[in-house]
Amino acid sequence: MNTIQPAVQVTDLTVAYREKPVLWDIDLNVPAGVLMGVVGPNGAGKTTLIRAILGLVRVSAGQALIYGRPYAEQRRLVAYVPQRNSVDWDFPTSVLDVVMMGRYGALGWFRRPGRREREQALMALERVGMHEFARRQISQLSGGQQQRVFLARALVQDAHVYFMDEPFQGVDATTERAIVGLLQELRSAGKTVVVVHHDLQTVPEYFDYVTLLNVRVVASGPVAEVFTESALRATYGGQIAFLNGREIPGRLQDAQMGMAAST
Amino acid sequence: MLMDLSDVLQALFGDYTLRTVALGSALLGIVSGALGAFAVLRRQSMLGDAMSHAALPGVVLAFIVTGSKDPLALMIGAALAGLLGALLVTAVVRTTRIKSDSALGLALAVFFGLGLVLLTYVQKLPDAAQAGLDRYLFGQAATLLERDVVAMAALGMPALLLLALFWKELKLLTFDPGFATSLGVPVHLLDVLLTSLLVVAIVIGLQTVGVVLMSALIVAPAVAARQWTDRLGVMVLLSGAFGALAGVAGALISSTAARLPTGPIIVICISAIVIVSLLLAPRRGLVWGWLNAGGVAAA
Repeated sequence: MNTIQPAVQVTDLTVAYREKPVLWDIDLNVPAGVLMGVVGPNGAGKTTLIRAILGLVRVSAGQALIYGRPYAEQRRLVAYVPQRNSVDWDFPTSVLDVVMMGRYGALGWFRRPGRREREQALMALERVGMHEFARRQISQLSGGQQQRVFLARALVQDAHVYFMDEPFQGVDATTERAIVGLLQELRSAGKTVVVVHHDLQTVPEYFDYVTLLNVRVVASGPVAEVFTESALRATYGGQIAFLNGREIPGRLQDAQMGMAAST
Repeated sequence: MLMDLSDVLQALFGDYTLRTVALGSALLGIVSGALGAFAVLRRQSMLGDAMSHAALPGVVLAFIVTGSKDPLALMIGAALAGLLGALLVTAVVRTTRIKSDSALGLALAVFFGLGLVLLTYVQKLPDAAQAGLDRYLFGQAATLLERDVVAMAALGMPALLLLALFWKELKLLTFDPGFATSLGVPVHLLDVLLTSLLVVAIVIGLQTVGVVLMSALIVAPAVAARQWTDRLGVMVLLSGAFGALAGVAGALISSTAARLPTGPIIVICISAIVIVSLLLAPRRGLVWGWLNAGGVAAA
């Protein structure tokens, strides 16, 4: 895998629901070995972008390549962390079982997870600090613990590229710090990590690359170069209010949707 | 009900007809319980109800076409109509703005209505061959013959085998279909497989339980089983066991007493199991909750 080839290369990608474009003509390169945040207002298409790259939504045009080849041929190189609330946590299964699901792709048809998968899952749980919860029924977990379980499931996939959808949503401060540490660890190990994120304030601290998205790509590149006030204004429709460097995304989103900012 | 337990047991092991009835009811309970667990976890309980009602015109049309009440022919007719109903629901949801609960309600009513019209028409025919077709409404276990049970086994056993074979994938599909897709699991195919297996579970039970109440045997055993365990495997086994228990008990009661329809009796049996489970199951049971709340209040 040469380092000049981008880990993820998206060209001319358009996704539409009922004629309405959700993503319009997206061109995006994610260099190998970076930790990239994807930010933008509600409805900007952040989740859809990841789901389109992974083939989970039908694209109207364009393509996404992982290390130069279509995703369908490169699945084993990719790990995916969906939004925590996309599943029913009252499902009758244990923490260890969920983490072992990360090995199902490598196992293939008809083979059941065995001792090896169990050990890999336990090691991944160790890395996210959830080792002692392995036998726990998943409905007994807090939001932060659920997120760590999903991360552990992605870790056992042993991938090169990680896509994570809002991994910090609804988690406690300790978990957020633990996850950031883990993401930076992955980057140090040469992995590429793409994270859908909603807190603009922490972008410079957490990420080295950023993509500003609002149906189109407004800017994408190293945080130091593209995370500027003007780019943010362009992304959030010029409504962004900086108060001592602090923006109020809630107001922005309301304004974005053409509603009175009454909250 | 009118007999002592010992008489029932003696009848069960001594009487050929009752043995056939019990075997058939156990079979349908196991299959519908096991597959119903997946339907409940995927929040498709209503789909089971719509498909079982949708099976009625299939049963009657199969009779009209073949002119016989051969169980396999009627089951295939029921399965095709049930699947057609499910496909129509999917198509309506995909192409219109009608939501899936409305689409399911529509499909259920339209197919069931059509089935009733056909049934009334067939029953007015001078020919006597159609007699007893109306037992597909509320079920009549006493009429189960050996050939019926053989047909049920021929459909039910492969269904359970497929469930075991694709266990890992079906579990992933049920818990997290998005993640399954990202791994390259063909979720649409597995979705079709699971729906087809559910149709099989339904048509196996139609003669015994009837189209009107069949969905109870899909949903109720799974709901009861979920109360007692936090493991999918145990839940599926337990759900099958509850289904079999209710099936056998209901079939025996309705066969031994005066001509009671079997479906309603089976539904009463499985409801009793559900109520006990909802109340008494450790941790999830209501009584458990009350006791713990009382303990906290006392402490």
